[in-house]
Amino acid sequence: MKAHGLGHKASASWLLLLSVAVFLLPWYKVPPDGISALWESAFFHAMAGRLWLLPVIVLPIVLLVVWQQRSALKRQIMTLLLLAFGLLSLLLQVSLIGLNGPLFTSVAGLFPGASTGQTGLGWGGFLTAIALLGLLANELADSGFCKGDRFAAAAVVFVVALLGLFVFFPIIKLATTAFTNPEGGLALQAFGARLIAPELWRLNCISSEGGSCGVVINSVVLGIMSATLSTLLGLALAMLVARTGFRFTKTLRAISILPIITPPFVVGVALIVLFGRSGLVTGWGAELFGVTPSRWLYGLPGILMAQTLAFTPVTFLVLLGTLEAINPSLEEASHTLGAGPLRTFQSITLPLLRPGLAAAFLLAFIESLADFGNPLVLGGGYEVLSTKIFFAVVGARYDLGNAATLSIILLALTLGAFWIQARWLGKKSYVTVTGKSDAGLAAPLPKPLQAVSYSIVGLFVLFTLAVYAIVLLGGFVNDIGRWDLTPTLRHLGTAFSVEMGGNGIEFYGSAWSSLKTTLLVSALAAPLTTAIGIITAWLIARQNFAGKRQFEFGTMLSFAIPGTVVGVSYVAAFNVPPVDITGTMVILVICFMFRNMPVGMRAGIAALSQIDRSMEEASQTLGAGGFTTLRRIVLPLVKPAMFTAMVYSFVTAMTAVSAVIFLVSARHNMATAYIMGRVENGEYALAITYSAVLMLVMIAAIVIFSALIGKRRLGRRVPDNAKPQLSEAVSVN
Amino acid sequence: MADIAIEFIDVVKKYNDVTAVDQINLSIRRGELVTFLGPSGCGKTTSLRLVAGLELPTAGQMLIHGRDVSRRPASERNVGMVFQSYALFPHMSVLDNVAYGPVIRGESKHKAHARALEILELLGLPNLSRRLPSELSGGQQQRVAVARAIAQQPEVMLFDEPLSNVDAKLRRKVRAEIRELQQRFGLTAIYVTHDQEEALAVSDRIVVMNAGRIAQIGTPEDLYDRPNSPFVADFIGDANLVDGKVAAGCFSAGNLNLAIPGEAGNARVSIRPERIVLGGSAKPGSISGEIVSATYLGSRMEYVIATNFTELLVSRPIAEPRLGLKQHVSLVINEKDLTRVS
Ligand SMILES: Nc1ncnc2c1ncn2[C@@H]1O[C@H](COP(=O)(O)OP(=O)(O)OP(=O)(O)O)[C@@H](O)[C@H]1O
Ligand SMILES: [Mg+2]
Repeated sequence: MKAHGLGHKASASWLLLLSVAVFLLPWYKVPPDGISALWESAFFHAMAGRLWLLPVIVLPIVLLVVWQQRSALKRQIMTLLLLAFGLLSLLLQVSLIGLNGPLFTSVAGLFPGASTGQTGLGWGGFLTAIALLGLLANELADSGFCKGDRFAAAAVVFVVALLGLFVFFPIIKLATTAFTNPEGGLALQAFGARLIAPELWRLNCISSEGGSCGVVINSVVLGIMSATLSTLLGLALAMLVARTGFRFTKTLRAISILPIITPPFVVGVALIVLFGRSGLVTGWGAELFGVTPSRWLYGLPGILMAQTLAFTPVTFLVLLGTLEAINPSLEEASHTLGAGPLRTFQSITLPLLRPGLAAAFLLAFIESLADFGNPLVLGGGYEVLSTKIFFAVVGARYDLGNAATLSIILLALTLGAFWIQARWLGKKSYVTVTGKSDAGLAAPLPKPLQAVSYSIVGLFVLFTLAVYAIVLLGGFVNDIGRWDLTPTLRHLGTAFSVEMGGNGIEFYGSAWSSLKTTLLVSALAAPLTTAIGIITAWLIARQNFAGKRQFEFGTMLSFAIPGTVVGVSYVAAFNVPPVDITGTMVILVICFMFRNMPVGMRAGIAALSQIDRSMEEASQTLGAGGFTTLRRIVLPLVKPAMFTAMVYSFVTAMTAVSAVIFLVSARHNMATAYIMGRVENGEYALAITYSAVLMLVMIAAIVIFSALIGKRRLGRRVPDNAKPQLSEAVSVN
Repeated sequence: MADIAIEFIDVVKKYNDVTAVDQINLSIRRGELVTFLGPSGCGKTTSLRLVAGLELPTAGQMLIHGRDVSRRPASERNVGMVFQSYALFPHMSVLDNVAYGPVIRGESKHKAHARALEILELLGLPNLSRRLPSELSGGQQQRVAVARAIAQQPEVMLFDEPLSNVDAKLRRKVRAEIRELQQRFGLTAIYVTHDQEEALAVSDRIVVMNAGRIAQIGTPEDLYDRPNSPFVADFIGDANLVDGKVAAGCFSAGNLNLAIPGEAGNARVSIRPERIVLGGSAKPGSISGEIVSATYLGSRMEYVIATNFTELLVSRPIAEPRLGLKQHVSLVINEKDLTRVS
């Protein structure tokens, strides 16, 4: 039939892929050093006794027969049923048969011969799943899903499948790991015991006997203190910028970008260099005031300092947004009613700021819970959930069950905070005006508050400058830790020496390998993250399909999960068949893709909401399918969003540590993991040098991205929405 | 039938619980310009989008040139659409906009550009081809939008209120241009508007819609002279709707008695204001009334006349002698000007 000509062509390609995957490609994972045996396809294995592979093998043949059916309706229904059956059988067999045969003895009867067991899926297996999903999407489109657009239908199906596999599945796996023992049996008692363990909840630190509190208590206390401090600091900064004639607004905004291009650990290291036992400031203190050097920095004070430095920019941006949205005429009205500046601030400005304050506080709280780098470097004996989880997986006492339990607690705390934030902001946001009002001048800050703000900000800026001065300096002096300032290039040499050998340039430096991996992973992750983020944004903003709300929720969930939890859940999920990909570079890229996708998604949704959708419809009536329309119409119009997504995902991939630290391997080490190793060995100078190099690379990359994505050549019909700004990325995160 | 271009068969479109289009049956012949006319929210745009493939029907079938396209997306139909907002691509030059369709459908860039230029020339825009849409006036943008839709040689052209962004003076000219173009190319076209004058001026046939259903289909004359319902009578032009009784082939209301075909019972008739003739004084066989308002409208006078059965709106050419307030007049109504609407 002519009407289905195109549909058949697309289906035929998917069918071809399915056949190749089933008959020609190795079904199972090929070990890294193994040789790919091309004949070890599903077909081969099924003949050799793995009978559970038969359904996917006969499927292409049955489909071909069914497609000879004349009645379109019958053909469609039968194809859908067959595909559902194929997918289900695949899902069942990969989830029920493990390395050593059936996972539960009760299912052994279902899969005769399964006692041989099976390893993780290889190219054949993965491509089979992809082909089945592609066929499914095509069939759904032909029956009207996504208004019949094949690309949109495929995008929905694949994004849902990917989210399922890389966001939900790991979390479910994490939960089952917590509830079961390594042998696969239910172990609720063990879970209960871990859940109420005193090392999580004890309150010794406030009792008279002294001692340390449980990790949960520690995490929450740290979170609250750090959120309070950074909210107050952020408020002071925002007040200065919005309510005084402060002249260094640009500088402040620039400084607020620093934390996201700062590799982890360096701030901690810089603090050690300044305030550690043999630190610079400590030395001055001892000399001038006779203060005995001590290790006060290690523990709550140090982490608090580092976190406050890192989160203040975020709270600053959030509060600045709120302050700028407050209609100045309200404050003016208060003045005309006879209230003084201080009174007005108290009774008008502050209450209006409350939603912003809550948002800033909760954001900082969530980030503090998720923070891994600072507690690791500066924690000393102060254990928090994220570090505890790390040592349960990586340390000498490997205990995935315990790590999973701790992760669930951390996840519950984070989701709880997100939930409160959503509730609070939903109810209490008395937005006074939408957009800006030019109805008056903002009330200047009352004098006493102004003085306080200025001194706080002065301190903050001084502190930031000191820390970054050390980062800049540290790599090029003999030993910054001991304050030996003899200039030298030896650290740079250790990390990045090159020599002209017989075979051209040889990279000798110890950091080259991790730098190469990091660059490769980031360069792969950035476009992929952007692609999936923008496609998801497009689906949410432009397509209507059943289950869209759940879909949206799913994408936001991946945003809310702390990195440490993601790391553990990936270890739990992808260390075993069927998707056995730990130790590869793929898992690093995937991890970044799904962690950073929401930033591109949000930027994309915001950009798309500014674009008249009839432009895309025009493109469709002119004969362009979903993909062509996306490429030729949508993408050129959402370039700023792409830029934000691209830069954010690249930079985060270079600086993230909490999730990848679980996923790196000797073959594929990442820069941050390497730096962490140096910090643990006390090789501060090397860590600092490497960090400085990374920051340079990031700045260069941002320049390259903006050149690649290019300037927009648009007319007045499209509002010039927000220029690409990194600070946007910060505030959405 | 071979000369049917578009066919709606029992087409229903629901958005969740809103039924935007409710069981529409309609055939549009090749080369015909059909207007969808109706009040806001009656489902005109939705019907148009169903033809384009921008919406798929909840039930029923959509045929284009005999081919069932009910489940085919817009990109697999060959339908040109001119959007209310024009929807020109802001990042492409006028030429690239017009050449977009041919390029997408696989023509070489060179050929597509040549074709685009040809069409732009036809529409009197050849020297704008290098500009961006943002550098054009509203009227020019509208023509570029038409050119872009025509460039792909569509089987069907769709216009969704194409003149709503054109300023009032220009409308008459542009609508004549669209009509001329449609006839020159022999295009099958659907034109959506809620301006009844526009509909009367451009259409071969008009489809009057009300609340998702078709109220009446017919030529402009049909609809104006023979509305089938009070809704249509009232929506197209002005109408006096008079309630009365039909008995023995005669409609009577007050002292109005006129022969009318059809069955006996309660009836409502429509009388166009300009079909009522006014005389200076009461004559036998006429009805009489008193003028309660007289409005000068430049080209004509509008009177509201109170009779003993209802108030009637009467419109007379300005050349006739002016009548004053409170004046008693006789009204002459012809049998053929009476249309029974219920
Ligand atoms: N995407 C949508 N989702 C839900 N309801 C819709 C949607 N599009 C249209 N409707 C509803 O369907 C009905 C018909 O809408 P439609 O746009 O076809 O009206 P219209 O006749 O074109 O009106 P107008 O003259 O105002 O353009 C309206 O009640 C409208 O609210
Ligand atoms: Mg409309």
